[in-house]
Amino acid sequence: MRRSEPQAVLQEQFGSLEQQQHAARFGMWLFLTSEVLLFGALFALYTAYRLEYAEAFRSAARHNAVWLGTANTLVLITSSLFAAWAAHAVKSGRAIMAELCLLGTLALGGLFLFLKLTEYADHFRHGIYPGAYFRSPELGERGAGTFFTLYYFMTGLHGLHVVGGMSALAIMLLQISRGRYGPGRSTAVELSVLYWHLVDVIWIFLWPLFYLLT
Amino acid sequence: MTTSSVQPPSHAANPAIRDYLHEGTSIRSWLLTRDHKRISLMFLVATSLSLLLGGIFALLVRVELLTPERTIMDAVTYNRLFTLHGIVMVFMFMIPAIPTVFGNFLLPIMIGAKDVAFPRLNLASFYVYALGAAITLTAMIAGGADMGWTFYTPYSTTSPSAVAPVGLGVFVLGLSSIMTGLNFIVTTHTLRARNLTWHKLPLFVWSIYATSIIQVLATPVLGMSLLLVAVDHAWGLGIFDPRLGGDPLLFQHLFWFYSHPAVYIMVLPAMAVISEVVCTFAHRAPASYRAIAYSSLGIAFVGFLTWGHHMFVSGMSLLDTGIFGVLSMFVAIFSAIKVVTWVATLRRGSIRLTTPLIYFFAFLFLFVFGGMTGVAVATSSLDLHWHDTYFVVAHFHFIMVGGTLTAYLAALHYWFPKMFGRMYSERWGTVASITVFTGFFFTFMPQFLLGNAGMPRRYYSYPPEYQWLNVLSTAGASVLAAGMLLTVGYLAVALFRGERAGANPWDSRSYEWLTTSPPPQHNFEEQPSMDRGPYDFHLPRLV
Repeated sequence: MRRSEPQAVLQEQFGSLEQQQHAARFGMWLFLTSEVLLFGALFALYTAYRLEYAEAFRSAARHNAVWLGTANTLVLITSSLFAAWAAHAVKSGRAIMAELCLLGTLALGGLFLFLKLTEYADHFRHGIYPGAYFRSPELGERGAGTFFTLYYFMTGLHGLHVVGGMSALAIMLLQISRGRYGPGRSTAVELSVLYWHLVDVIWIFLWPLFYLLT
Repeated sequence: MTTSSVQPPSHAANPAIRDYLHEGTSIRSWLLTRDHKRISLMFLVATSLSLLLGGIFALLVRVELLTPERTIMDAVTYNRLFTLHGIVMVFMFMIPAIPTVFGNFLLPIMIGAKDVAFPRLNLASFYVYALGAAITLTAMIAGGADMGWTFYTPYSTTSPSAVAPVGLGVFVLGLSSIMTGLNFIVTTHTLRARNLTWHKLPLFVWSIYATSIIQVLATPVLGMSLLLVAVDHAWGLGIFDPRLGGDPLLFQHLFWFYSHPAVYIMVLPAMAVISEVVCTFAHRAPASYRAIAYSSLGIAFVGFLTWGHHMFVSGMSLLDTGIFGVLSMFVAIFSAIKVVTWVATLRRGSIRLTTPLIYFFAFLFLFVFGGMTGVAVATSSLDLHWHDTYFVVAHFHFIMVGGTLTAYLAALHYWFPKMFGRMYSERWGTVASITVFTGFFFTFMPQFLLGNAGMPRRYYSYPPEYQWLNVLSTAGASVLAAGMLLTVGYLAVALFRGERAGANPWDSRSYEWLTTSPPPQHNFEEQPSMDRGPYDFHLPRLV
């Protein structure tokens, strides 16, 4: 049996718990908006360079393994499902279920990173490095280097977000196992899961840009 | 008088309640405070130091330009100094100053809240600012950054100086800006007192709210651009390098997508201050509340669509220059709506001439003059002549620096009694404000003429026929500096010796004057119910 039911603490600047939770959710959505704009700058760059080097981008994208990108998409979407499930479980007071789901999410997040790093290693073997270090006889033309610079930058930044999201979820897992969160106190879990969904959504946009548009 | 009037809290009833300045006096109680008013004062100290530093750099630049060739430094040092001046003033003073100092102090009080929605995030934003400032300054001084505040590629990615850490430092400063903006938006939405509808908010809140939207939406784009430049500089990724297939113009697009709206991050809070000052000292409700409130949102919106006017000579199609030119002029329309409304408010008001109002007149002159030259440079055919000359330097100093600085000083005087519970000397205030305006005018008016005569910006040496205007400009800068030092002096005296201010020394109707000066830790002893509007001057004041 766990310790007594965890309850949210009302901070003094708020009038009620509903108001406090509303503020927290609102703040998180604004933060997500600013994250979208962070990536937005990169998407804008991608669009501009794709217009300039349409052919080179197509052949460079063909060089990426579609099955790997697709597998990673499935991995992330499934992890998001587990995460959503975990949030639901916390709210309905099933801590063990929530812990298992979060473990699942973390494992899939780890698998995603593993697949991504394998892919990077494979690229390196073919001389595909970012920017000035790009050496690829088969993709020699102008533009392919830019494609892969953007590829490394965007998937790399996304990877950092995966790590950030996993850290947040790991903390949630730890806190749930210590009985800090439950039906009366679940906002932090909910918001971490929301962040994880954003990480997922960004990948869903990266996937066509770097694997499908050939 | 309405029967449902507010019952203002009074200290006399409860002497046990201390004001926020005396609620704990240890250093720890300041450094780890979550009180938005104390965080505001910490920002006041930090941004004032930035202003001082940026001012010293500016003076050194002006001294060097006294003579056509070398005066006190070599060309490399000169390049570093104007870079230092630009980056410190833009990213460490003008962007954060009014929101973090006065927004922080006043926004929660004006909406009847005890604090911002996320007090810990608020404190964190201060330390993130401090960290960003430390990184930026260290990198610039130790590494000798010389690319100007605009980081233009390809120079910034190939310059031998420490561009990467400077970019990183500004990125961190941007994080602080996002944190502040996010906090204010959520606070305005969720923590308004009962009965306080959007259209009863003081106009200050509207403008700060509009600013916060830009901070949250535009800053990430700048952050990303600078991160790209930093990575590019450190590892030669060539994302903007033509040799590797990159396009330097794309950097300019991304940079101005933020940095043009950033101009409104600087000037919208200034307008926020001005709206309050005008109404209080005209003792009259604004001629049109909605015109001022909505034009702030209009500026915030159109501001996102005008960045191209910085790039008229960077290779842009005639159609694009036309579109960006016209869009830029829309900003002038919204600004003119504000100016007309302020002036109409003064008409038939019962005017009380104080230091903040003198700063309003200074603001009005600089803003209108700067704004009109803005319309002129938004016309692409004229811009070809003035682009990258001192004309542009004078234009943006008038509107952006003049606007922000005069409003900052107006705010500092107007809310000084509220923040510190004491009055400053009105006589010295008058002298200093006139000195500051005179200095400012003579610093930049000659630069309009220099630019029109063809002197390019950022040049180390110039033909001798430009010298007399440069000397005049430097003389103006010295007067400006004297005015600022004078201000620091009498405000410091007022801090300790000033006459005690009552709760509402200006006889305002806005909500921040309902509480004591200085306010208690939670702003109001009792949650006020805000039945009246903030500009109900036709009703008697609440004692």
